[in-house]
Amino acid sequence: MTFAFHASDWLLLAPELFLTAMGLLLLGLSVALGKTKEDFLAFLATVSVGITGALVAFVATRPERATPILGGAFVVDNFALFFKALVLLSLALTVLASARYVGAAPYPGGEYYALLLFSGVGMLFMASGNNLISIYVALELMALSSYVLAGYFKAEPKSTEAALKYFILGAFSSGVLLYGLSLVYGAGGVMGLPELAKLLASASRSNLLMLGILLILAGLLFKIAAVPFHVWTPDVYEGSPTPVTAFFSVGPKVAAYAILARIFYVAFAKFHADWGFVVALVSAATMVLGNVAALLQSNVKRMLAYSSIANAGYALLGVLGFRTEWGLWGILIYLLAYTFMNFGAFTLIILLESKGYAGESVSDFNGLAKRSMPAAVVMLLFLLSLAGIPPTAGFIGKYYLFTAAMKAGYAWLAILAVVMSAVSLFYYFRIAAAMFFTEGSPAKLKSSYALSAVIAVCAVGTLVIGVVPQPFLEVLKSCVLGR
Amino acid sequence: MTITINHYLIVSFLLFSIGFLGVLVRRNFLTILMSIELMLNAVNLNLIAFSRRLSDLTGQVFSIFVITIAAGEAAIGLALTISFFRQKKTLDVEEAHTMQG
Amino acid sequence: MSDGVLLTGGAGVLFAVLAAVALASAIAVVVARSPVHSALFLLLSFVLVAAIFILQQAEFVGAVQMLVYAGGIMVLFLFVVMLVNPGVTRSEKSFQHQWDVAVVLLPIFLLPFLYILGTEKLPDVPVKAEAFRMVGTRVVGNTEAVSWVLFRDYLVPFEVASVFLLVAMIGAVVLGKRSLEKMD
Repeated sequence: MTFAFHASDWLLLAPELFLTAMGLLLLGLSVALGKTKEDFLAFLATVSVGITGALVAFVATRPERATPILGGAFVVDNFALFFKALVLLSLALTVLASARYVGAAPYPGGEYYALLLFSGVGMLFMASGNNLISIYVALELMALSSYVLAGYFKAEPKSTEAALKYFILGAFSSGVLLYGLSLVYGAGGVMGLPELAKLLASASRSNLLMLGILLILAGLLFKIAAVPFHVWTPDVYEGSPTPVTAFFSVGPKVAAYAILARIFYVAFAKFHADWGFVVALVSAATMVLGNVAALLQSNVKRMLAYSSIANAGYALLGVLGFRTEWGLWGILIYLLAYTFMNFGAFTLIILLESKGYAGESVSDFNGLAKRSMPAAVVMLLFLLSLAGIPPTAGFIGKYYLFTAAMKAGYAWLAILAVVMSAVSLFYYFRIAAAMFFTEGSPAKLKSSYALSAVIAVCAVGTLVIGVVPQPFLEVLKSCVLGR
Repeated sequence: MTITINHYLIVSFLLFSIGFLGVLVRRNFLTILMSIELMLNAVNLNLIAFSRRLSDLTGQVFSIFVITIAAGEAAIGLALTISFFRQKKTLDVEEAHTMQG
Repeated sequence: MSDGVLLTGGAGVLFAVLAAVALASAIAVVVARSPVHSALFLLLSFVLVAAIFILQQAEFVGAVQMLVYAGGIMVLFLFVVMLVNPGVTRSEKSFQHQWDVAVVLLPIFLLPFLYILGTEKLPDVPVKAEAFRMVGTRVVGNTEAVSWVLFRDYLVPFEVASVFLLVAMIGAVVLGKRSLEKMD
């Protein structure tokens, strides 16, 4: 018996291994240093994410990554590298945005950052998972860290409730996902995605297989919060500590899209006609419900939760438009834009939150323009981008997604998406109106370097992708999955 | 008595459905947790049966992963139970209604 | 054996009995009012399912199921039941408001799935004798055969699972710990 992998395989896993090691180091340091040195821990976590990013760039230059590694369990193609970079971006933003918030709270910071990094490890493995078992284990690592992070402020009833709801529905949905995986395994006994594709290419369409695919789809739709698997989202987003909410809205979602796209493009491509119909219906329902429900919210975190549900609906258009390359282009550019604009919007809530959960209602945005003009202008930029108004990143993303849907023959869905984007203007406008046209408290806005940096990065990203999208698109177009 | 793969699938699906219903209808958080464990057990039953039918060990290995992950989830679930109980003095998940909207 | 036949004769009868009792105790888990009863029925169900695993030549998985579920998880469950006062947990309302609707409607929803699973004809595959005891051409035990696959083909997922368990441990400590004082 020989081992199925080479020594050089480990080199390609350098980012994951390094991030795990840093998570462990943070745990140890947290015990050694205590609560007083939390800023240092946040700094260390940021640096580790940065170095991991450099390692990802290093891996990108290695020629060995052309073939799947470790006996086919993982693959380090451009698609995986793109998602790894995006995951690390959201991780770095989260750590920076958490520094002040977690530092002010009476909870240990070391474990918090360690859990964030471990969930990052799970997402990195998800991005390059090439085998249903490795994908599942990585997904669970990410999910379990998320449950704990949601309940991290355990003295706050809201936080515990958020964790409870997230946990019940998350474990439930992963049970459904697993049942689907077991049925697909029964169809041929292979777990690797390329092997599965090869096997299914010659297999006929069987009900068992369709049931398996349907259940896997249901499990993954839960992770991206698509209707009708969205019910957890508003409560979890509202109850979790705000930096964690910001993280949930980008990191785990992006990673879930990575595996959704990979599983359905690589392994189940042949049965596109069957699952495509379901995805189309889900996408339509998600866009309508997310946008309409967002209209009725007065809590900004909840509003953004529904807005992120609606965004999940738009991004599903890219999964649908898989016959042409536009589908994947759309997903990639949209997720990149979405990470910047959504995280930016949440960071402004963090900025307004002086303590605990204050600063979450729309009225807390009253008169923001008078308190701090730059903050109000930047928030306006994020809102415009979320609504998809040019020249912002959100517009470019939506343009590609809607075109993908048109090219895939789902014109009705593209039209619905445009209409729903128009509806979304109403609730985004409510926040904008509160900021510019009402009087609010005259208190000065206090920012920190870390928060200002996060907001600046998000604003620059949102604007640059919107104004000069060409260089980004060139890179993205080399990141599509080879078929 | 002749048992085919379909019998296994039926038993496993029934076990899964019982767990599924348990999660939906029960209010006690501990019972919900146990129902989730039942669902995961049904998955293992499927994996082992398919593994036997295909003469392939991967199914057995997968079920070991599932057991591992079920154990980790149970640990977190029970920690949450304690945390929730401290605040509400009950295990009724219907009491988790601070957030509305 | 062909046509997807997994068990015949006495083993088949044994399976039917084990499965029937396992399902019955699973139902008892869901309907029992007291979490202690639920936990004990869950234990019974786990043990019976472990026996079914062993019937299918998955001796190692059966043993793991006994050790982890029956040994570890069950103790954890009972420990938590004792920790939170059992008198309080036996609340008046055990079920969600519209549980009767769910119990009536869901089987109707689930029946088509049951039909698919019960009647689906899976393609025939040649049965390899001793497949679960072979490493290459050597005949070894089931445990060794499983470990070869686990540590050769799934080594990295195995390591990821170890990080998962670490997170479970940290999470349980973070969430379960009583004190809120700043650590110093």
